[in-house]
Parts: sequence; structure tokens; C-alpha cells
Amino acid sequence: MSAATSTATEPVVRAVNVHKRFGALTVLRGIDLTVQPGQVTCLVGPSGSGKTTFLRCINHLEQVSAGRLYVDGTLVGYAERNGKLHELHPREAAKQRRHIGMVFQHFNLFPHMTVLGNIIRAPLTVRKMPKDEAIEKARALLRQVGLADKESAYPAQLSGGQQQRIAIARALAMDPKLMLFDEPTSALDPELVGEVLDVMRELARGGMTMVVVTHEMGFAREVGDELVFMDEGVVVESGDPREVLANPQQQRTKAFLSKVL
Amino acid sequence: MSPTELSRHKPDAAAESRRDSPDYIKAIPLRHPGEWASAAVLVALLVLFLIGAATNDAYDWRTYGQYLFDKRVSQAAMITLLLTALSMLFAVILGGLLAVMRLSRNRVLKSVSWAFLWFFRGTPVYVQLVFWGLLAVIYKQVDIGIPYYHQFAHIQTGTFFTAFWLAVIGLSLNEAAYMAEIVRAGISSVNEGQYEAAKALGMSWGETMRQIVLPQAMRVIIPPTGNELISMLKTTSLVTAVPYSFELYSRTRDLSSETFNPIPMLLIACTWYLFFTSVLMVAQFYLERHFARGASRTMSARQLRALAAAKMESASDRGAR
Repeated sequence: MSAATSTATEPVVRAVNVHKRFGALTVLRGIDLTVQPGQVTCLVGPSGSGKTTFLRCINHLEQVSAGRLYVDGTLVGYAERNGKLHELHPREAAKQRRHIGMVFQHFNLFPHMTVLGNIIRAPLTVRKMPKDEAIEKARALLRQVGLADKESAYPAQLSGGQQQRIAIARALAMDPKLMLFDEPTSALDPELVGEVLDVMRELARGGMTMVVVTHEMGFAREVGDELVFMDEGVVVESGDPREVLANPQQQRTKAFLSKVL
Repeated sequence: MSPTELSRHKPDAAAESRRDSPDYIKAIPLRHPGEWASAAVLVALLVLFLIGAATNDAYDWRTYGQYLFDKRVSQAAMITLLLTALSMLFAVILGGLLAVMRLSRNRVLKSVSWAFLWFFRGTPVYVQLVFWGLLAVIYKQVDIGIPYYHQFAHIQTGTFFTAFWLAVIGLSLNEAAYMAEIVRAGISSVNEGQYEAAKALGMSWGETMRQIVLPQAMRVIIPPTGNELISMLKTTSLVTAVPYSFELYSRTRDLSSETFNPIPMLLIACTWYLFFTSVLMVAQFYLERHFARGASRTMSARQLRALAAAKMESASDRGAR
């Protein structure tokens, strides 16, 4: 089904009226959004606006409550048969996530493994890659994020910025088609933010499709292809980051930007 | 002085040398006279006790020396070790399984695990061991097949299960209930972010458990498991309830009918138990250190030396340029 509908213009992410409810609390109230291949989409908005929840829906860490979310033309988290949605078996959900890399606010590196161990773990376990090949690939990724000399360090011995760059390398080791970033610089000391943004900028320049939840408006302006401003579970305004930042159309966007810029 | 004032201040040669070789503080250490006094009192009491013990005929040190390495005693000590090792092995496996069942989403597995814990933790191990000893009385024969219709095999419980294996079963099942709680606490101690990171990389639940969660849970699981192992070593003395009487305590007690004095035999049993527990404590120390990898920012002396050497090198590189 995905092959049939997949064309040159098939977006990497297509959200149609996505809702998410946690019990009585509705966090997403109908998100429509598409991300084209190679595009960098920055999600911004006040805390509690649902940016992170939406990001987590994309790789099915959260289950969508209503609407449809497609990655590469494939429905996320459910299988549609005879007009009915069936929950996916965890094994199938795991298979969908393989091609989506995720970087967390708090890095979530595996503390009991060395840097190299962190990067090769998923390729070895999930993709059954031969060990030398995985190590070779990991070393190349470490060079890419500028940490070639840290392969035998443990995460706790590294600075926050270094840990986040390792986390990016770990996600890239699975050759993702799409990278999700959940406030990747929010837990960092100000002087460490730059090194992480540099790595992300390089990644974007290399043509990676990225969805980034961020408070770094400078990054959004410079690297983003689209800026999506969310508030209270809806997309309030979206468009070219330079235009939206310079000339917001909506009152809520104006109010938010006046506080963060 | 603020940093900016410092940088405006031109460093002269004397200041430079003061910075390179500061006078490290050699303070006179704080005295602890109470510690010394109490130690002296305790040493004096210990000496008095030892003199008393050495001259007290009730201890019968001659018999102690004669039987300490008696073949029957050392064999019994080995059986105690075997009982401990087997029971603990089965308890860890079953306990791990019960913990995972308890944490699983499946309500059937959850309830089974809960019921197991409820029973085996709620009744004394001594009573359980007596029950296992009576297994052959309660169930003379176990039939395997379709109930009330056709049986493929019959197991005569009295001959199939020896007292030794009944003891192992009794000890393992009881211990598994405690191990389950220890493993569960260990698994729960692992940060949720670890599951999410593994999940986001496409790892399955089983892979996440084995490679990410359990290795980290070990740090929390090992210390209490060490305690349980030491406790198990001593609990084996209760298998006399089955009754099984070839382990250390029962054996030394039986031997006292030969020596007509139970006291030296009890001392012998204590000596062997203490020897084994001491070995286990050393093993536990190394095991804990192994599983603490990456848990602390504190670097070992070796790592600190390497870091200092690297800093020195980069400083001299800058100096050369």
C-alpha cells in the first residue's frame, strides 16, 4: 500500500487532523502538517502547547487518539483493514521506528556502555550488522560530530554538549530517513548549545529530513525551511521562518515571539 | 577581586612562580581522643574474653582441633555449599521471571506472580520445608496425562524426589519470592528515558530488557542479592526439617553424639559458615565494583593521572607555539 501511493512528492511526514488525549486532558486538537524530504521543520511555541507530544506521536512513543499520521506513506501505530484500525503488535511498531531517529532533551544515553557501545548497540541488535562494520560506521559518525577521541569514555564523563552529540551519532547509526529532535539544547549550559547546533546544521545541509522542537529562534531562522508555531494543541501559524519571525500574522504568535526574541 | 580586575593586574615573575608551585596546605589533623579511648577499652575486653575462652574447659579446644577438618565435617561443608549454590541459582532464575511477570502488562502473569509471592513470602520457610518433606505422604504418585482419562506416565514421589532435592526445591521456591522483589526494585530503578531511547532505536521489549535495563538494574540488584546468598548459606541449616541431615549444621550436631560435647562441634560449624560468608563478601565487593561502571563521574586514580598527563601535554603544546 505504501509502495502504491509513494510518489516523488510523497511527504516524509503527513499529519491529518491529529488529536491526542491523555485521559480527560486533550493535548493535541487537530494538527495538519506535512514535511517534505530534505526539509527542516521547526516546531516552536509555549510550554504545554503540545510540540513534544506531537513529535512523540511521529515515532509512536505516543499513540494518536484521532486523525491519521503517516511516515513515508505508512500509517503510524495502526494497521487499517476493512476501514477498521487495529493496534499494531509491538514488534511491528518497533519495525516502523527503526527508520526514525530521535534525540531527547535529556540525551538518554546508556550509562553502562561506552560511547562506542552506545552507538553500535542498535545496529548490532536491530539491524544484525556485523560488528566490525558497526564499529567502523560508529567511528565515522564520531568524526562527523567531532568526538573521535571519546569512543571509550562513559557518558557520565562527558559534558552535556558532548553527550548530546553522541546521542545524535547514536540515532544516525540506524541510517534514519527522518530525525526528530526534542528540545535538544534545552538541558545544556549556554556555552555548549553552539556545538550541538553546529552538528544539526551540518546534518540539515547534508539533506537530512528533520523535525525539531526548539526554543532556538536563531537556529530556526537560519536552518529551518518551515516554522510551525503551536499553541494549546493547534497550529496557529506556519510558514517560512524568516517571514514568520519578522512578520507574525497572528496575535498569539506575536505575543510569544515578543517574549523569546 | 573580580576576574576582570585580575586580568588588568599585570602578573610579575614572583606571582607567576607562586601560581605554578603554591604552598599546599599541611594542616594538623583533628584529634579524636574518644575514638582511641573506646578502642582501648574494647581491646582490653576482647583480650579478657579470649583468655577466658582459652582456659574454659567447656569449649574443649582439643576436640575442636581434632574435628575441624574431619572428613565428615568438610564433606558436610561442601554439601552446604552445593545446597546454597543450587537453591540460589534456581531462586535467581525463578525470581527474575516472577519480577518480569509482575511488571508485564499481561494480567494473568501479573496475578500468578502476585499469588506466588503472597504464599511463599507469607509462610515460614521452616514450615514450607516440613511440607516438602511430607510431599510423598500428600501426593504418593504424580500422573502425567489427561486428567481422569488417560495417563502417560506415573512418578512415584517418594523415590523420585530424594530428600536433597526436596530441600533444594523448598529453599529455591521460598527464596524466589524474595529475589522477585529485589529484581523488581532493580528494574523499577532504571530511568524511563532509557526505555524510550531503546524503543526509539527500534529495539524490542526483550532486547531492551536484556541489553539496556537489566545491566543497569544489576547495580541495584547485586548488593541485596549478596545478602540473600549469605542468608541462604545459613538458612540451609533448616533443611533438617525435610528431614535432610548431611549438611554442615545437622552433621556437626550428629557428630556431637560421638564427642559427648556439642559446644566444640557448634564452634566448628560457625567457623565454616564464617569462612564461606567471608569469601562471599569479597566476591560481592568485586561484583559491585564491576556493575558500577559508568555510574559515577568520579574517576579512578588511573583515569585522573591520564587526564593530568593530557592537560600537561596540551599546555606544553600551547607554550611551544
